[in-house]
Amino acid sequence: MPNNANSEDWSKPSAKAITKESLADAEQGRYGPIFPKSPACYGFSIIAKIIPGREPVFYEYARNIEKGVAQKPDLLAVLKLHYLRWNLFEINGETYFQYMGIFDTDFDKYTEDAIGIFTASGLNTVFENLEGFPADWKTNAPAFVKFVRDHHRPSFLEYGEYPYASSDEIKKALRLKAAFGEMLDQMQ
Amino acid sequence: MLEIDDIQHFVIERAKALAARYEFLSFRDAKGARAWLSALSGTVSSAAQMRAAPSSDRRWVTLAFTWNGLRALGVDEASLATFPEEFKQGMAARAEVLGDIGANAPEHWVGGLASPDLHAIAILFAGDVAERERCRQEHEALVAQCEGVVVLSSLDMEATPPFDHAHDHFGYRDRLSQPVIEGTGEEPTPGSGGPLKAGEFILGYQDESGQEPVLPQPEILSRNGSYIAYRRLEEHVGKFRDFLRQNGDTPDEQELIAAKLMGRWRSGAPLILAPEKDDPALGADPQRNNDFNYKEMDPKGYAIPLGAHIRRMNPRDTAPSMNRRRMIRRGATYGPPLPEGTPEDGVERGIAAFLVCGSLIRQFEFAQNVWINDKNFHELGNERDPIVGAQDGTLEFKIPKRPIRKKITGLPAFTTVRGGAYFFLPGIKALHYLATLGNHSESE
Repeated sequence: MPNNANSEDWSKPSAKAITKESLADAEQGRYGPIFPKSPACYGFSIIAKIIPGREPVFYEYARNIEKGVAQKPDLLAVLKLHYLRWNLFEINGETYFQYMGIFDTDFDKYTEDAIGIFTASGLNTVFENLEGFPADWKTNAPAFVKFVRDHHRPSFLEYGEYPYASSDEIKKALRLKAAFGEMLDQMQ
Repeated sequence: MLEIDDIQHFVIERAKALAARYEFLSFRDAKGARAWLSALSGTVSSAAQMRAAPSSDRRWVTLAFTWNGLRALGVDEASLATFPEEFKQGMAARAEVLGDIGANAPEHWVGGLASPDLHAIAILFAGDVAERERCRQEHEALVAQCEGVVVLSSLDMEATPPFDHAHDHFGYRDRLSQPVIEGTGEEPTPGSGGPLKAGEFILGYQDESGQEPVLPQPEILSRNGSYIAYRRLEEHVGKFRDFLRQNGDTPDEQELIAAKLMGRWRSGAPLILAPEKDDPALGADPQRNNDFNYKEMDPKGYAIPLGAHIRRMNPRDTAPSMNRRRMIRRGATYGPPLPEGTPEDGVERGIAAFLVCGSLIRQFEFAQNVWINDKNFHELGNERDPIVGAQDGTLEFKIPKRPIRKKITGLPAFTTVRGGAYFFLPGIKALHYLATLGNHSESE
């Protein structure tokens, strides 16, 4: 059954090759090009070198995020997320950080909201441990945005098993399933 | 402390004017431009002066400059480079971001507003048309004396009858939801939220993030200044009334359609508080007419449709970081009113308004890009703002209703952007700094 809102069919798995040309033609957002929506929705992949010796801060950050979301489950709600993944990996003895997100909205639209969340206490530590991150980012949103965009590596291929479905739609479907289950229980 | 003796009155006070004139200027000679500014800056009142002024004041002058205008006055390149990117580019260059496409595109703009030669605006609010005419002549004489100062275009404005309340040519009551700046002593009306940190509107103060944003340089130029986005929006009154007739069989149904597009009856009464029929007394009562929210009172949009104009322009408790998106509105209507029952006469009429903010990209451009023109705002799928969005006849407007919603397809454009620009509105000291640049600049 197609999703009428976007005339994009979630029931048919879909892959999209993203060419350099299609990125060049991308729609202009406030802070730069809006990377196109794919069957895997919107997203970004930020890859940056960390300041040597700072690995422990990243693991501390992970615990903070875990605690923060447990205490306040809607902490990241405004970002319209599906999934986030954080990695640390080594190349030639240097440690790099990778941060991938899958979103229902292009990053350009909620840039300032993201900065707002990072500014909130306990969540601001991790970016400050990346090389070249602007020291004045709290008062200089454009510098923060420039860093993120400079370190974003667009995908060349994206795949969706249930393409274009939004988090909200998926949650609605799961709620409906739960409600039906409950209804059947009540009918026993 | 808010330095109200250094902030132009425009940001904080509203002039009791029934007429206005905007003059758009170009500077071809820096000395001439500074002579013009020197002569005029004395007429620009600070907010403190306006508060202390006798009620016999008959005219209020405001001056602001484009980025190119600051250069034309002699601001050095190093300083110019410290202004935000979107201000440097100017509104016309940001057209795609703003949704100024198709009929709204800068190539169709009037008055030289899309030109890089646009350098300044002189905004005159006047007690009446006679006072405006007196000021116009005085300014004309001044411009003639100043080398290289050219008036690119101008726009005259008068309030439209009835004069007892502010409203646009469509008949919607205006000025119902204005933010209040902390430290001005003003009290927000119920439902309008608390006073906002001055930095949301004026440079040099803490904003709602709790930080003081970095200032463009030098500080004498930027402190106590604001950015303003100017929009000249033609209102197609005949088309709007035709639409109401096509979508409502009775005058009551037509009024309801008009109310659903806006989210308020034309009287100003919000649909959440008056869902079935208009309540003009409510619309006129500032203690009541803005006192509502969406999350608890109307989450599904049965009263105010999810895509209605006021729900997009101020989503209240249904948007994150709401206090980081507010703007102060100033402006007036231009063109003759189109009497009810008169067919469209082809004369341009509309609103010429200013949106005052501390960051064009975070406030004005966000509102344009996301709230007004994102087709998927509130997951609506195929809608833009029904009053000011980029409409091309292919989009819809959904009115939630039990048992089934009403969907209007092929919504026409009721407005067209006829021009716009980004200006920097300097503080009073900054105006004097600009006027005397040649005296302390080695390059002159």
